[in-house]
Amino acid sequence: MDTSGDLSSQMDPDAYRRLFPLRYFEQHLSESIRPDGRPLDRARETIVALGAVASANGSALSKIGSTNLNLFLVQTMLAAIKLEVMTPSIESPDEGCIDAATLTLLFSAIDFHMPPSCSPLDIYCLDADGALFDAALLSAVGALSHLQIPVVSVNDDGRIILLSEEDEVKLKKEPLNKEKRKLSLNKIPFSLTCILHKNYILADPTAEEESIMETSVTVVLDSSSRIVSFYKPGGAVLASTSTVQDCVALTRQRANELQAILDGAISDMEVD
Amino acid sequence: MDIDREDGRTRNQLRPLACTRGVLHRAHGSASWSQGDTKVLAAVYGPKAGAKKNENPEKACIEVIWKPKTGQIGKLEKEYEMILKRTLQSIIILTVNPNTTTSVVVQVVNDDGALLVCAINAACAALVDAGIPMKHLAGEDEHVILDPTKLEVQKMKGFAYLVFPNSVRSVLPEGSLAKGEPVEHGIITSVTHGVMSVEGYFNCLDRGRAASARLSDFLRRSLQSQLPGDSSKAG
Repeated sequence: MDTSGDLSSQMDPDAYRRLFPLRYFEQHLSESIRPDGRPLDRARETIVALGAVASANGSALSKIGSTNLNLFLVQTMLAAIKLEVMTPSIESPDEGCIDAATLTLLFSAIDFHMPPSCSPLDIYCLDADGALFDAALLSAVGALSHLQIPVVSVNDDGRIILLSEEDEVKLKKEPLNKEKRKLSLNKIPFSLTCILHKNYILADPTAEEESIMETSVTVVLDSSSRIVSFYKPGGAVLASTSTVQDCVALTRQRANELQAILDGAISDMEVD
Repeated sequence: MDIDREDGRTRNQLRPLACTRGVLHRAHGSASWSQGDTKVLAAVYGPKAGAKKNENPEKACIEVIWKPKTGQIGKLEKEYEMILKRTLQSIIILTVNPNTTTSVVVQVVNDDGALLVCAINAACAALVDAGIPMKHLAGEDEHVILDPTKLEVQKMKGFAYLVFPNSVRSVLPEGSLAKGEPVEHGIITSVTHGVMSVEGYFNCLDRGRAASARLSDFLRRSLQSQLPGDSSKAG
């Protein structure tokens, strides 16, 4: 490996990057810049578009990354929620439930006040380039804030049925939930994945960075800066408390950014 | 601090620990680990020749198989498998046996809280029993309340089920320091559930470190006490 340093000046940069990926990254890191031109603590450009799926009750498309230096660093996630009327669980009859594998625990942070119903939350990964979890969480949060709860009514047999607008006029049914058509999301969680490598902390890594440097930490903070999750599955020993603090601080910064992006997306929706 | 819990423990008190190694005859290494009523049996097979597909052949490959107490393996168990695998990968010296696969089979005997922690401890003890070279032994878990039972886990609203293994000292005597903090303060794995403040998390870290020191002492003692029986196996 010692020879690779001398080679860097003679070799084609692309070949050098493929042959000595770690060395290539470390040389960039020592200059406090990443190969895609970002500073270490900068996350990629993020876009949230609400209402991407017309057939779902709530949906959002999140996109992290932009075209930069002729590299396509795009990470796209689509989340869609379709509400179904169903019997709630016996343990918590006033609460709705969400059916999503890994996110369920995180959503314990959000207070649900919704009528008994079940919402399968489907998340589709359209394009993966690192920090999958961040994009998935963002699109899920977007879909939940976009969610319109359908109007329901009770039919003659005492069963809950979904009402469409024509039914309402035709059958003269009184909808049960005229006002509560939106979820009240009290605390919205936002996440940031960081790669730890030696003393460097790289926010929002790309897939390439994730494959070269293995230790990653995902911090999820809610709107009042409480920790929802501090997730580090294995990897090198993270020895210092200050590293933990740095990761939390970066996430806090990122959460504010994402909150602004999400608010922007919601207000765009309302204007339309 | 002296608030008694349902089972009469104080908040910082761990449940009684027990560790037995060499419980299975056909495995290359095995251990059973229990913390109170949570009990996990771990068996290690290997290193066997050949790395699995998509794994780096220059390093040893670790395979973790999680067997739940009853029923089929679900999403939660898959996640445990992944966390356990990545934790073990960072503990084991992977370059000693390149292009080999080591299987770690974890059988849950009983789950009464802190299951993942118990599994990590059991897996470590079994790896020691199998003579797999490791950088350090992982000790432990933590909580706002230490080492919770299942009932307590269910009752706590925003509970901090925070697993972080560490402990290095005696195995790596040089004890390298990073920014003035000893390595045994480091976090290998952290998994939290529920909401807590940032200070709460650091509080958890501190108490986790204290608890893990106790656990690693226990582990070391139990490994040493069982050494004579082990020599026949090694030879």
